[in-house]
Amino acid sequence: MALFAPPPMYADPTMAADKQHAFNPYSENGGSILAIAGADFTVIAGDTRQSEGYSIQTRYARKVWQLTDRCVIATNGFAADGNNFVKRIKQRLEWYEHAHQKQMSIKAIARLTQTMLYGNRFFPYFAYVILGGIDEDGTGAVYSFDPIGSYEREACRAAGAAQSLIQPFLDNQIYFRNQTPAPGAEPFVPGRLPLSTVLGLVIDSFTSATEREIAVGDGLELYVVMKKGRTTDDLVGSDNLIKNMQVQELGALGEGGSERTFLVSLPLKRD
Amino acid sequence: MNQLHSFQAVPSTRNAFDAYSTLPEPPRPQSTHAPRAHTQQPIVTGTSVLGIKYEGGVMLAADNLASYGSLARFKDIQRLHPLGDNTCLAVAGDMSDFQYMTKLLDATLRADRSVSLTDTHPPFSPQNIYTYLSNLYYARRSKVNPLWNAILVGGWDKEKKESFLAYVDLLGTTYSAPTLATGIGAHIAQPLLREAYEAKAGVDGKGPLLTGQEAEELLDTCMKVLFYRDARSLNKYQIATISNDGVKISDSKSSETEWGFAEGLRGYGPQTQ
Repeated sequence: MALFAPPPMYADPTMAADKQHAFNPYSENGGSILAIAGADFTVIAGDTRQSEGYSIQTRYARKVWQLTDRCVIATNGFAADGNNFVKRIKQRLEWYEHAHQKQMSIKAIARLTQTMLYGNRFFPYFAYVILGGIDEDGTGAVYSFDPIGSYEREACRAAGAAQSLIQPFLDNQIYFRNQTPAPGAEPFVPGRLPLSTVLGLVIDSFTSATEREIAVGDGLELYVVMKKGRTTDDLVGSDNLIKNMQVQELGALGEGGSERTFLVSLPLKRD
Repeated sequence: MNQLHSFQAVPSTRNAFDAYSTLPEPPRPQSTHAPRAHTQQPIVTGTSVLGIKYEGGVMLAADNLASYGSLARFKDIQRLHPLGDNTCLAVAGDMSDFQYMTKLLDATLRADRSVSLTDTHPPFSPQNIYTYLSNLYYARRSKVNPLWNAILVGGWDKEKKESFLAYVDLLGTTYSAPTLATGIGAHIAQPLLREAYEAKAGVDGKGPLLTGQEAEELLDTCMKVLFYRDARSLNKYQIATISNDGVKISDSKSSETEWGFAEGLRGYGPQTQ
């Protein structure tokens, strides 16, 4: 049958001139996301601006969502795809919980994310995904994905409009690239920085990105997932909170998990 | 082989008739083998719509024009569509897709109404209707067969006693903000709306909101500015007010305009040079 199939429409020269205007199912909605793993915590952050071209669509649209008691997801790229991808992930996590009476581990969510992204290989979700949380050993974990599902576990990752501004800074501050330990000092090990240092790096990354990248700004939402039993004094009790910074604890989603998730919000410049 | 299946050329009369390509209607392939054609571009279109939250609810504005390309074709079209007692849509883009979509939603609401006659359950909230629309528009874009619209959903949530205002478009893109505008209105009216809104409510939106009268005057101003600068607009528009009292859609009204300044403009009045 295929042998007798008509030639495709683009083969018709009379149609070629009218091809200028084809429907493009994708858009790019700006913003940036970032995650950094610590020894017993992970920080996952995103700005709240949603834009298209030079227009700000809204100053508050979520890019980061809590999935389980020990996993948070952030998406960047085409907002509609990101939102619908997260919706689908949450649905699969709910089914898993009904089937197994427990929440999915971040490792399993990462593999699920890969299969779901690659499942759309020939009409991809245009979404850069970052997962952050606590793994089965109680260690901070960050997984980053490309839109068709390639993924990798890392100590840190920035994605989105300000990736090119933030990632080199992280390479230097988290992976200690181009730094040399003082003679006789311990060698650098990525993923061991204290929470206060990491919070400072994330907030500085976003305030700096806001200065130079027009698609980033308005507000910052920063999720901190902490290992069970870990002290929260360095977040909740800290006196050197930035002006207008708010911290709230998000209640447990499942039962039995003692990991704790906090949401830190603060304003970014709006211009 | 090729002769058997080749497409017929588009009749040349068409190109002679539409030499400057002013008609938005695309030439259609004449072959019986042609795949089913999806909406590749809008035909009869409505221009931008506006929305703003005020102290007692939400207001939406849309003019009464449905254009055919650059032709002001239908000048008495209502682009504000009430749904139930506490939700209203303002729709820009393709008018036939608008009519199809409202027919679908009206049927859904009618079916729900008949169920609630025998069972006590709450009517659809503005959020319910918005979620339905978002899923519909994202599903259609994912079939690469979009409904070519940009829609504002305005509503009053009777349970939460708060206003609702959100946007959805042909890509399934969604967002919410205290002031919204589609299309060219996002460039021309949205800055005016935000400025007025923030002047009273503050940048955090925590201050007092505009009163109903202030909001309506603001929309009047924006519709006037749009009429001056948007070549696809009409000085005849309606405003929908959605509050605890329900949806009220105004009669069509016009702005006072002043064109005296234009006489001196090159290209408007008689050419002097």
